[in-house]
Amino acid sequence: MRTLVSPLSLRTPSGRIIYWTTLVVVVIGFTGAFVFPLYWMVTGALKSPDEIAQIPPSFFPKHFDLGVYKDAWEQLQLGIFLKNTVLYAGGAWLFTLAVDVTAAYALSKLRPFFGKLILGAMLATLMIPPMVLLLPTYLVAKDLPIFHASLLNTPWAIWLPAAANGFFVFLLKRFFDSIPRELLEAAEIDGASPLRILSSIVLPVSRPILGVVSILSVVTVWKDFVWPLLVLPETDKMSISVGIASLSAQMPQNVLIASLVIASLPTILVFFVFQRSIMAGLTAGSLKG
Amino acid sequence: MAATRTLARRPRSAGSAGGGGAGTRGGPVEEDRDQTGALRRAVGRNLTAYGFLCGALICFALFSWYPMIREVILSFQQNNFVDPGQWVGFDNFRTVVEDPAFRSAWLNTAAFSCLALVIGYAVPFVLAVVLNELRHAKAYLRFVVYLPVMLPPAVAVLLFKWFYDPGAGLFNQVLDAFHLPPLSWLDSTSTALVSLVLVSTWMNLGTGTLIYLAALQSVPGDLYESAELDGAGLFRRVWHVTIPQTKLILLVMLLLQIVATMQVFIEPYLLTGGGPENATVTVAYLMYQYAFNFGDFGGGSALGLMLMIALLVFSTVYLRVSREAEQ
Repeated sequence: MRTLVSPLSLRTPSGRIIYWTTLVVVVIGFTGAFVFPLYWMVTGALKSPDEIAQIPPSFFPKHFDLGVYKDAWEQLQLGIFLKNTVLYAGGAWLFTLAVDVTAAYALSKLRPFFGKLILGAMLATLMIPPMVLLLPTYLVAKDLPIFHASLLNTPWAIWLPAAANGFFVFLLKRFFDSIPRELLEAAEIDGASPLRILSSIVLPVSRPILGVVSILSVVTVWKDFVWPLLVLPETDKMSISVGIASLSAQMPQNVLIASLVIASLPTILVFFVFQRSIMAGLTAGSLKG
Repeated sequence: MAATRTLARRPRSAGSAGGGGAGTRGGPVEEDRDQTGALRRAVGRNLTAYGFLCGALICFALFSWYPMIREVILSFQQNNFVDPGQWVGFDNFRTVVEDPAFRSAWLNTAAFSCLALVIGYAVPFVLAVVLNELRHAKAYLRFVVYLPVMLPPAVAVLLFKWFYDPGAGLFNQVLDAFHLPPLSWLDSTSTALVSLVLVSTWMNLGTGTLIYLAALQSVPGDLYESAELDGAGLFRRVWHVTIPQTKLILLVMLLLQIVATMQVFIEPYLLTGGGPENATVTVAYLMYQYAFNFGDFGGGSALGLMLMIALLVFSTVYLRVSREAEQ
């Protein structure tokens, strides 16, 4: 495909020189800007407190000692934080799918009275960023209206708000809208219940969008900081981001860095494996050109 | 069987007879059966639909819709959450506006958004345009630029806190390697805010770059071709072809970024605590302080409401633009 620079001018000798110089500059620049900080983090955690404070710094750590990582794991109880975060993200994922898929299916295919109004009210929440509603939402979690229960320090404080995601409902509904009606009507005539139609026809063909929503929901909860900071104040209940941040002041520098490495490994790993879905999710919400 | 069917149909046929429109002998009966069937189906369909919707309705009501109303109520009340709240009119707003930190918070938030626009808005577009021309290492570059986005923000921010260390921190070491004088980064009123913008840009740059890159794929190649035939150079082709062809996505991203950066919280919370001398207090951070450090939810909500109204302006424009783009 033809882009900004014509293939013809790329083939001239000067075009080639410019192209390869740009390529090398970009590759080095990107590596320096985005990979080098991560390299500095991983190796920083291998250094002793003396070495990490030394000027000028050593480019390679003097000895390959994983002991700091072990210290971080034990002193910061990272195991507990990680286990908590898995619980929060996993539960939020299941909740989000159960709640948003059924809602989107109802709005798209069952078309109840006031369906348009409900969809509108759900999409309207996208216009108001959660940050500005932080205080009233916190008060809801602290003292649930009607039930008068406190969700603080329980996983529900993460799971329930995570499911109230207008963007996911929008993505799912738009996908369900594209499933041909005839497919569902045939099943309906055969006497299949709506739940049956959802589970055996709609869900199997919606696998791509379910993948996108799944990854987005897990990553969102995993990366979230402000909300878990407020609703999970107990040290044993903290998510990994909040846990490290709240203990960071008492830690030696290299132990803190090691805990940062451990905290970023899961998301980087997820990115390695699900790169395509994540990038698809990135452009799913935005529009075509 | 026959009896129930008659029963079910009786009130309706009376109604339709009252309407006076009974035609042929078989007609109304057939029609009635259809109507009751349709009605029953509609009721059944609605019941199922609301059964499916109830989980979402509860979650949205509790954590999205009710908080919007509650925010407004809170900001006009004095509340200790034991006794019922006292209506105090605009008192909370007055308290907040008279706070010396209020002015700094809005100015800093505006400055943060503007700086983030200057650095963080144009750079991803330029990167995307360059990436789109490269024929090699594409997968690597796309992967690498998105890597910081995948880090939990708290991790990225704490990592930069270490880099900003005035002594052995990476940034001053790099400056030293180029024989430049060291900076005090987070500790000086003149550089603290810029330092926050740098972290925020570093960890969000990848999103914009990849979205622009996707948008650039849909720019038709023959436009470049004819522009080139007309004698347009490289920069004029960017100006007259690339930018007009992607202007909607550019506008959408502009608004999204303004909305995102105006809520900045985690950077001042973890890096500076609003200091030095209120140089990095932002509106969201001040709102947090009011509620959780001063125990004043009324003042905090008043700030939240002001921020919400400011952001709604941008969101409304965003909605207009994106709807236009869908067509």
